[in-house]
Amino acid sequence: MSAARRALLLVASAALLTACSPTAPPASNAPAATSITELDYYADEQGSAAWQKVLDACAAQTGIRIERRTVPTAQMLPKILQGASSKTLPDLLFTDNPTLQQVAATGALTPLSDYGISADGYYPGIVKAGTYRDKLYGVAPGVNGLALIYNKDLLTAAGVRPPSTWDELTAAAAGLTGDGKYGLAFSAISSEEGTWQFLPFFWSNGAELSRLDSPQSTQALAYVTGLVTSGSASKSVVTWNQNDVADQFVAGNAAMMVNGSWNLARLDEQKSLHYGVVPIPVPKAGAKPVVALGGEVGAVPVTGGPTQQAAGKVLTCVLAEPTMLQWSKAHAYVPSKTAVAAKFGAEQPAMRAFVDEVGSARSRTTELGEKYPKVSQALADAIQASLTGKLPADQALKTAQQAAGS
Amino acid sequence: MTLAAPVPRRGPRRDGRFTAWAFLLPAVAYVVVFFGYPLAANVVTSTQDYTVKSFYTGEAPFVGLANYAAVLANPLFSTAVLNTVLFTAGSLVFQFGIGLALAVFFAGRFPGGALLRSLLLLPWLLPLVVSGAVWRWMFDQDHGVLNAASRLIGVGAVPWLSSTAWALPAVILTNIWIGIPFNLVILHGGLRAIPASLHEAAALDGAGAWQRFRHVTWPLLRPVTGIVLMLGLVYTIKVFDVIMVVTGGGPANATQTLTTWSYRLSFHDFAFGQGAAVGNVLILAATAFGLLYLRSAKATLAEAAA
Repeated sequence: MSAARRALLLVASAALLTACSPTAPPASNAPAATSITELDYYADEQGSAAWQKVLDACAAQTGIRIERRTVPTAQMLPKILQGASSKTLPDLLFTDNPTLQQVAATGALTPLSDYGISADGYYPGIVKAGTYRDKLYGVAPGVNGLALIYNKDLLTAAGVRPPSTWDELTAAAAGLTGDGKYGLAFSAISSEEGTWQFLPFFWSNGAELSRLDSPQSTQALAYVTGLVTSGSASKSVVTWNQNDVADQFVAGNAAMMVNGSWNLARLDEQKSLHYGVVPIPVPKAGAKPVVALGGEVGAVPVTGGPTQQAAGKVLTCVLAEPTMLQWSKAHAYVPSKTAVAAKFGAEQPAMRAFVDEVGSARSRTTELGEKYPKVSQALADAIQASLTGKLPADQALKTAQQAAGS
Repeated sequence: MTLAAPVPRRGPRRDGRFTAWAFLLPAVAYVVVFFGYPLAANVVTSTQDYTVKSFYTGEAPFVGLANYAAVLANPLFSTAVLNTVLFTAGSLVFQFGIGLALAVFFAGRFPGGALLRSLLLLPWLLPLVVSGAVWRWMFDQDHGVLNAASRLIGVGAVPWLSSTAWALPAVILTNIWIGIPFNLVILHGGLRAIPASLHEAAALDGAGAWQRFRHVTWPLLRPVTGIVLMLGLVYTIKVFDVIMVVTGGGPANATQTLTTWSYRLSFHDFAFGQGAAVGNVLILAATAFGLLYLRSAKATLAEAAA
């Protein structure tokens, strides 16, 4: 049967899956494994180098050789499924937190309690993201979220203060628009990335993923649509991913952008660019922004005794405070333990807005579990339909609710 | 297949037949392993409730035609079918038309002709992902080169990829650009096979350029035309990467075709059975066109033989 399943994958995505599957050596009866395989999707130069350092540190510390493999983000889940069907899963994997539910549901993961890893001290949101049916299967060394990043020089020149509410954001974006520049840039691409960028507006306004067509949800989508129809944000947001958004910001085409902390290092490289970071504006003054929790969780697949234990040891090392801090600094993530994050925020002023937001951030899969990808896709479709003017916000969301419910 | 034909019918020449089969075997084995088996697996999957869990446990309950019913009931089905038809027809007509015009142009010999012709092959040599990414930049509404040009001539900026009306023409345009070299090369080869003496005779009879094309070139090019269009159809109907890179099926599903939708059902919604069902619908359509072509090719051959 495993061959049949591999054949299915070949048919379904021959172009994407032509790379050979990793062949992990079968678990022997040896008392301790001295080498493990690891899979992640840190394919960008900076993130990959930072992650390699974390793995090197833990290899030295545990005496376990780590054979690393990296795939592009979009191929992560197909790769895991392929590994699951051919029993060639890596010993340790780091995947986007919303996919953990899918992988855990296959029964391919081991509970982290097997390796003495507990949820103590972590932000509750990230614990929820890693928990499937009351068992912890994945934890992150660092998390991330979205904030509003602004160009200090452009705001000063226009006499605009960084906005903190929706009304202020509307006014600021309008005031900064002109001369071929847009006030605001964000991503509304037709995938998870688009949904993820919309969720801070959606959740901060009190909407829930279980009901996409609620008044709160409609209001949030109408608000974001208004930013585009008024011309304060480019109509091209429906084609931009978050890297494109950062490009627009760096090029000076956008005065403000919604983006993640992992882009800060790239902004720092531009010496002439002076930027500031504030939390995502909220519907009403005094409210707390609710962003979606991002970042990768580490998990240990079922591969057989000794390598599993070795992978558990490496994961424990990655989650230890020094490595957690090292990773967070190198890739601008927020440490996923509250105490470590507090220390980190005090040292890194540019990260403070992100650290503040993580406390109230939500896991995307808490409410829906395995159903999340379908709902997320339906919501991304609704966002695109509304932003392109194909459907008004309320109708787009009604359609999405029907698609998500079916 | 062709090897089996020359075996003489008279007399039981067993070892001859055996040799023929031995020659045939590798091809048969290849087709069975790399085409037959995945195809059958895809058909089986389309009748199963195949989820993420099935990959690990191997359990996927049989659900009959439920996946097909679900796919047909999905409002995206008609969108995907219509987009596939428009994409295929639009690409074919212009790829072929422009390819033919260029082939006729290059059939005449002139200095630098060969160099120009090989330069025109460039789109064919580039990886599709690269072509797609470059076109995506060119289509950018605010900073793309296409809109810079349109502003220059006084036409406003076109929302190429950010409007549901323009996105499909944009991906078709990209695919036409990619497909022209193939049409050019094959048709150019076909033109070279037409004896120059026929054109000369027609010219002596007083036929103009258009009449020579209409009454000499076009009829003699017909067999090649059939092959080009057929192969073009099969290539175009299954185009995936171009659309995926340029628009990802968006905005708001405006460029969702059967291939991108099949991928999305499988790898975003994890409805692998439904994804397989859409894939099979596509295979059926391609097969239908393939059979049509075989019939017309047979008729052409019979005509030629008569």
